[in-house]
Amino acid sequence: MGNPTVMAYKRENGRVGIRNHVVILPLDDLSNAASENVAHNIKGCKALPHAYGRLQFGEDLELFFRTLIGTGANPNVAAVVVIGIEPEWTNRIVEGIAKTGKPVTGFAIERHGDIKTVEMASWKAKEYMHWASELKREPCDLSDIWVSTKCGESDTTSGLASNPTVGNAFEKLVNMGGTCSFGETSEITGAEDTVKQRAKTPEAAEQFMYFFDRYAAMIDRNKTNDLSGSQPTKGNIAGGLTTIEEKAFGNVQKIGKTINYEGALDKAVTPTGPGLWYMDSSSAAAEAVTLWAAAGFVAHLFPTGQGNIIGNPIEPVIKLTANPRTAGDMSEHIDYDCSAILRGEMTLDESGDNLIQLLIRTCNGRLTAQEVLGHEEYVLTKLYESA
Amino acid sequence: MIQFLIHEAADSVGVATVDIKAGEGVKGLYMDSQNPVEVVALDDIPLGHKLAMKDHKIDEAVIKYGFDIGRVVADIKQGGHVHIQNLKTRRW
Repeated sequence: MGNPTVMAYKRENGRVGIRNHVVILPLDDLSNAASENVAHNIKGCKALPHAYGRLQFGEDLELFFRTLIGTGANPNVAAVVVIGIEPEWTNRIVEGIAKTGKPVTGFAIERHGDIKTVEMASWKAKEYMHWASELKREPCDLSDIWVSTKCGESDTTSGLASNPTVGNAFEKLVNMGGTCSFGETSEITGAEDTVKQRAKTPEAAEQFMYFFDRYAAMIDRNKTNDLSGSQPTKGNIAGGLTTIEEKAFGNVQKIGKTINYEGALDKAVTPTGPGLWYMDSSSAAAEAVTLWAAAGFVAHLFPTGQGNIIGNPIEPVIKLTANPRTAGDMSEHIDYDCSAILRGEMTLDESGDNLIQLLIRTCNGRLTAQEVLGHEEYVLTKLYESA
Repeated sequence: MIQFLIHEAADSVGVATVDIKAGEGVKGLYMDSQNPVEVVALDDIPLGHKLAMKDHKIDEAVIKYGFDIGRVVADIKQGGHVHIQNLKTRRW
């Protein structure tokens, strides 16, 4: 039996997207206003305002460029208009995105001012919108859909049912030949030895430990009290979690039991082949999903216990919960209620199948709760202060 | 209707899926095999908290998700509440 087929967009570079956005991408904080004005003029395109892009340097600047170029290059994006205060860095973004073969044009505000820039960029955005609106979905293999996962506002129902549901789906997707990713370096503390052992090769294990140790050193440098002593949190303990090991093992249920990772990636770095990949990332939901979108992932599975409401402007976030109270009183945020597992009425295997069915529907065009509610948190990760 | 779940056969604890009262005979399910199991709860076990599937002695490991999640610091009887009063991290 072959893999399921989904109706999606085949991009110029061979990657497959499940959305067809025309993005107005500001290079820097100063260009947010012009970008949002273009998106106001030209219906259907989407501005991605953010707070940074000035006087960054070193590794932080590299991550910034990787994130912006990766966002424009994501297969869920059909075409991009880049607006920056000056032409040099604007062109660096344009050239990075242009490597995918998709239409991209840059505009610089200096020597034009906002009004002229908005006019020129609006004409280009209008042209892209007409072009993108005639692109057709085509049959694609489900394994061409790159899927990331992280959880948020976790409670004991996460470790019991919603995280293992994602783990079951990830095992099936990776066995189909798909590309999947997990991360949340801070949440792995307590289970790092086990995650290290889940590497396919000694090189991959070493890469993972490099990122884990780098994270631990960063915490040590910046902590004002013993952070480790506050894990698990008082809320976690009230909910029944006793030790940091227990919390971490609940988290890593999202990668199932039978699949191992190919390699460990730095933030917003694109995997080099199919399989499961670890990506270093913060556990702050909006920052982490923004990094996965920039790495090229097109759909995100997000288990929540108490009800995290995060979304992303270009990578649809599918939310699931096993907490019947969250599924009830926050139902507008939840795409899949798997609380039947807690009643003993559904197995993890059935739940994993249900989640894959919902992923297929999302690929085919079903909007997620987050998309319908307009949750578009685009949050860049900043490594240190600007010069 | 079940009152608790156990992740896998190797686990020494289950997790309450409802609030359990001391003295109740409660039904659970192993999530890997779907095999049923019954124990008598010795303590109140709130929803989301752990109950012991077997007796644990001081210094033994509590196993959940098939992994060692910490060290027993006070003896635990089968059906007892497993939490901060009898289980500690091995980290600090």
